Amino acid sequence: MSNNRSPKHPLDNILRTDRIPHIWCPGCGIGTAFSSSLIAIQSARADLTKTVVVSGIGCSGRGAGYVKLDSYHTTHGRAIPFATGMKLANPELTLVVFSGDGDLFAIGGNHFLHAARRNMDLTVICVNNFNYGMTGGQAAATTPNMAKTSTTPLGNPELPFNLPLLAYAAGATYVARWTMLHTRDLTQSIGEALARRGFSFIEVLAPCPTGYGRRNRQKPIDSLKIYQEKTIVKNGANPAEVILDFKQGITLGKFVEYDKPTFSEAYERICRPRAS
Amino acid sequence: MKFWRVPLDTEEIVISKGIVHIIEDRCKGCGYCIEYCPRDVLEASERFNSKGYHPPAIKQPDLCVNCHYCEAICPDFAIYSLEAPAQRISELSIQ
Amino acid sequence: MNGDSACAEGALAAGCRFFAGYPITPATEIAEQMAKRLPEVGGVFIQMEDEIAAMAAVLGASCAGTKSMTATSGPGFSLMMENIGLGITMETPCVVVNVQRAGPSTGLPTLGAQGDMMQARWGSHGHYEIIALAPASPQEFFYQTITAFNLSETYRLPVMIMADEVVGHLCERVIIPDPSKIRLQSRPRPKGRKDRFKPFHPGSNGVAPMAHAGEGYLVHFTGLTHDEKGYPVMTAEAHSEMVSRITEKIRANLSKIIQVEEYRLEDADVALISYGISSRSSLAAVDEARQQGMKAGLLRLVTVWPFPDDAIRELAKRVRCLITVELNLGQIHMEVERCAGGMAPALLVGHAGGTVITPAQILEKMLVGSGRG
Repeated sequence: MSNNRSPKHPLDNILRTDRIPHIWCPGCGIGTAFSSSLIAIQSARADLTKTVVVSGIGCSGRGAGYVKLDSYHTTHGRAIPFATGMKLANPELTLVVFSGDGDLFAIGGNHFLHAARRNMDLTVICVNNFNYGMTGGQAAATTPNMAKTSTTPLGNPELPFNLPLLAYAAGATYVARWTMLHTRDLTQSIGEALARRGFSFIEVLAPCPTGYGRRNRQKPIDSLKIYQEKTIVKNGANPAEVILDFKQGITLGKFVEYDKPTFSEAYERICRPRAS
Repeated sequence: MKFWRVPLDTEEIVISKGIVHIIEDRCKGCGYCIEYCPRDVLEASERFNSKGYHPPAIKQPDLCVNCHYCEAICPDFAIYSLEAPAQRISELSIQ
Repeated sequence: MNGDSACAEGALAAGCRFFAGYPITPATEIAEQMAKRLPEVGGVFIQMEDEIAAMAAVLGASCAGTKSMTATSGPGFSLMMENIGLGITMETPCVVVNVQRAGPSTGLPTLGAQGDMMQARWGSHGHYEIIALAPASPQEFFYQTITAFNLSETYRLPVMIMADEVVGHLCERVIIPDPSKIRLQSRPRPKGRKDRFKPFHPGSNGVAPMAHAGEGYLVHFTGLTHDEKGYPVMTAEAHSEMVSRITEKIRANLSKIIQVEEYRLEDADVALISYGISSRSSLAAVDEARQQGMKAGLLRLVTVWPFPDDAIRELAKRVRCLITVELNLGQIHMEVERCAGGMAPALLVGHAGGTVITPAQILEKMLVGSGRG
């Protein structure tokens, strides 16, 4: 039975409830990825006032506007350098970048590479819906080969990035891929990423019913069925081999986790002048 | 629930129970909660919410085990479960 | 020391503790000086992967509560424009130094010009107000960096210092005063209950107090048009209100922001209007002209934007002609012409850049303007 008094969802404390319902479409995977992230954030640290969410432009980028924390909705592709500046100015902050595949890997690709290379202490959650959803479903750097999008009406001639491999090659020290269906694993991965130091990258596959899904015969439930039936969890798999193919299979898991000095640690150790 | 013999810890095992709460006006009718509830507690309703979507209706409230999966999978923060008083196995109607 | 180094020292004196930049001639020395000096004073320097990232990092650091700046030249300035717009909309205090070189495009990387002046005003998309200063010497570059920080903190926006390669590389004596003699401003800070705080509700001078990340105000900042709570609102009314607020906070305080310097202008017939390195040549030209019996004077623009409309209008009423001296083909000249409104002819001594304008070239035009040439 539903409660007739104004009901309180467990995440209402961390949501800007005056802005809910949010703008994401029915069946949009971002909502679920966002929800899993909030559960992880809520349980991650005692002082939530020091957790900051930074996003870019796009449907996933709207997430920053719904979370009741210090949040910054910046320019397209520039969430990561913005978060870098924040972290360096106040190392006590926990920075979470919550943004989409187009924002982080097309226009923002260069910034992602360098932040990973520097092992900046950031947690980057990339919601991968295989297209540019906000602007109507154009092809992105993650759009599968031959897929139909609004800028590739006869099929995408390009091949997509392998995001975990890209992150690993650039120097990320925690790399994982889940789908929004795997809510528990996703929440756990985000929790691990928040607790650790260094550049953590989590890719979340999500349906885009209005963009990608509509043009590629994937009703939202179909996407979830693919996530349920075609995925296989291989923790520790080699990022070069983690395939992402809607017909042949999708590899999920926590692929990479190791420690190395973060930018701040190295800067403090090497760049501060020695006390005489 | 059918047992071939009564398990030794029957008296101690407690199956969690849940009460599902639906915030109807947040629902966008995606159907994920209905599809993925492991206990088949929910079904699509005929009603409309204020935005014109069909929120879920609770078909079998007694079967909810408070797994929170509807809460986790819902993209719209529109459904959650709270713990209800638990029941011992011996109190369930067992054949 | 040279102008670039003076700028870096000025920034440190102003309390700047974060610099994100990218190497570009002729501003690289500022980055190098900051790289060496910031760790000594507990600050952080980072060389980012491009100017776009540099500007984004500067905004982020400022939102986290640290005075921050970047320095670049023409090509980098163009790249930074989108994020400068973000800084304007999010009302983020910071300083952007452009040590101008001859453009457009790669141009003459090692030779100075003043061709980015209109870009400083309108470089980012949309309608907004900006503050831009122009130093004419290394000593002034030092002081103007402090002024730029103070203005950016008081009015909560990116403030530009439009230097040029010549001033940047000029080596002159720079006296660095004792810190106790330097007055610094910081951004207005919120008072009252954190849960009732509205991040964009203006204070008495039109500027909203700024809450930093991590202080418990749980603010939302966005580049989208937003209301006083910071939430995006997609209506023309909200947009008009927001744009009015961010332009009015400057326009209502023009008298406190605009700075000009008059040299021998009291009885002048021929008024030179200049800024940056060109104003040095203009000073010499005025003196030479006076020697030759011409009643000449110079109005040196310390603040180029907002443009000192009133000062030019007043001048146009009482002089025979106005001559703009600048290292471009007529950017501030257009503003002078606009303000003169036909009351006095507006002439230009300018070229596209690469070398300084000589006093002799200015004098030639002054003779024409005064009716003697």
